[in-house]
Amino acid sequence: MSGSDVAINIDKVVKRYGSFTALHGVSLDIRADEFFTLLGPSGCGKTTLLRSIAGFEAVNEGAIRLYGEDIAALPPHKRPVNTVFQHYALFPHMTVLENVMFGTLRLGWSRQESEQRARQVLALVQLSDFLKRKPGQLSGGQQQRVAIARALAPRPKVLLLDEPLSALDLKLRQAVRGELKQLQRETGIAFVFVTHDQEEALTMSDRIAVMSDGRVQQTGTPREIYEAPLNRFVAGFIGETNLIEVEVLEMRGGRATVRLPGGQDLTCPAAPGARLGAGHVSLRPERVSLCPPGSGDIRAQVENQVYLGTDIQLLTRLPDGEPMVVRVQNSDADNLPGLGAAVGLKLEADAARLLAD
Amino acid sequence: MAATTPGSGGGGSDLYRGNAPRLMLPTWLMIGVFLLLPVLLMGVYSFLTKEFRGGVIWSPTLAAYDQFFLNRGLFGDEPPSIEWTYLGIFWRSIWQAGSATLLCFVVGFPTAWFIATRAPQHRTVWLFLVTIPYWVNLLIRTVSMKFLIRDEGPLNAFLLWSGVIDQPLGLINTNVAVLLGLFYSYLPFMVLPIYAAVERYDFALSEAAADLYADSWTTLRLVILPAVRPGIIAGAILVFVPSLGAFLAPDLLGGAKAFMIGSLIEEQFKGAAGNWPFGAAVAMILMTIVMGVLLIYARAQTRAQAREGA
Repeated sequence: MSGSDVAINIDKVVKRYGSFTALHGVSLDIRADEFFTLLGPSGCGKTTLLRSIAGFEAVNEGAIRLYGEDIAALPPHKRPVNTVFQHYALFPHMTVLENVMFGTLRLGWSRQESEQRARQVLALVQLSDFLKRKPGQLSGGQQQRVAIARALAPRPKVLLLDEPLSALDLKLRQAVRGELKQLQRETGIAFVFVTHDQEEALTMSDRIAVMSDGRVQQTGTPREIYEAPLNRFVAGFIGETNLIEVEVLEMRGGRATVRLPGGQDLTCPAAPGARLGAGHVSLRPERVSLCPPGSGDIRAQVENQVYLGTDIQLLTRLPDGEPMVVRVQNSDADNLPGLGAAVGLKLEADAARLLAD
Repeated sequence: MAATTPGSGGGGSDLYRGNAPRLMLPTWLMIGVFLLLPVLLMGVYSFLTKEFRGGVIWSPTLAAYDQFFLNRGLFGDEPPSIEWTYLGIFWRSIWQAGSATLLCFVVGFPTAWFIATRAPQHRTVWLFLVTIPYWVNLLIRTVSMKFLIRDEGPLNAFLLWSGVIDQPLGLINTNVAVLLGLFYSYLPFMVLPIYAAVERYDFALSEAAADLYADSWTTLRLVILPAVRPGIIAGAILVFVPSLGAFLAPDLLGGAKAFMIGSLIEEQFKGAAGNWPFGAAVAMILMTIVMGVLLIYARAQTRAQAREGA
């Protein structure tokens, strides 16, 4: 990746609140044309990182570079990035048009240019009919579009979005996801999106940084994050998984031979950083299938069955007592084993993955 | 059952509606006995004939209003022209009360902002400190102010000692002294409503303004002040109205030159020189002006709310 491709370079950023450290030397590169998501549970530092980019938080150490220029010391009103706030923070006493013109007017644009640009971005978010309304007269979804239009109007180099979908109801949220992604492609600027919702992250992002405890745990495409998690946190946070304690016997060329608790040996891909000795394997429930007892890779007993609509989840237990979740499609529902039945579990090729921890 | 939602305006739930007249009785009694009746009495008195040594004669006349608005010469036999004496006092009072309101805002807004932005557990302490002086009687506080600012008082002594001035300021018996007195009397009435408004203010709006390239002053002017406007207006009314009718500060600090409406009214009800109908008439005129201003404001406010759809 050449330097000019990087919109934001976050370099060993440390943020402390008193004795609490919110960011432990975070480093990230966000590319100029990507939809980048900071994903993690509440308190993981993702919002602090976003607010540090916007300038609302002063970092204690490290640099934040916007197209090569260190902006860490600039106040928010001098940083050419704009934010879509979680609860929108629209100015209640101004009309939609006035809200959207606010940024460009402060940048010294003429009224005419500013209004022209505002009308243009409001058309982009399909709000052209609401120019004269006040935010209080709009629905949550419409307010959110105004917030996006307001942030896009001054042509920011990067758009920051702080959990902008969390205040919308489910249906709307799903609709807006597609629109946001579309908007990012149309504007061609980097979107930095903060969320705790893994589904949002997986469906919209070009790349995701999974954070916890003020550290970036893994950065990668949604597929990399889901299919090749680095460690137990990432494997457990993104989607559902079975974490199995194993003994790592051999490592060679990115693959490992591990011994399952039941005594069988298994060869699987290994995450970078995995070591010999005690370790954990991640196994996605949908990559395990049922087969007659005695066949397959692992023996198990069915303990419970949960109906999930499109899928059915079987809770099984391995001979040594370890639980194992298996997901089967609803179309196979008619010939499922009963509770207590012995079954064989067949793992898809490379379904299991040895983690770094 | 009629479809009513709680809080939709117009009377609450069906359960209590039947009781409304009885439950409202104490309220109506209060308004009737302590509000309407006194105003009515004052209105009636303003149309009666004055009795020397105070009191009234029950014979209707427009003499009080005539005295206020028209000048008929020393002996009352000249053709009437506009009487400027009392209108001048009104104008000066409005000017003084307006200045006091402005001064209270300039000092009160930062104070309220400071308190509202402290940690929640400390705000109560700060509010308490603001209100402490008001546990002392207004008369005593005004007299104390007189002692503070008089030529031989501590303020002048300090300024002389520190070399800022080489002779006393001569504050006492000036409009400035009255302004100081009014400011000190009514400052908390400005601080408290603004505090309440700032406490409700969503600071994300300031962040949004900063994010959209507004510096601190622009944010204050375009975002914060409009957002806390209801608090500022409430504070302004609470300071302006009592300042307009104040008589302690003008009497004790202003002397004859800084005469205000309050003192004019007070004089009419005091001692042998009093003129009850004239005092009542001045009070009625003052009340009409104040109510007129408030009505105009309320109208504008309702219209603004209708526009915002709040």
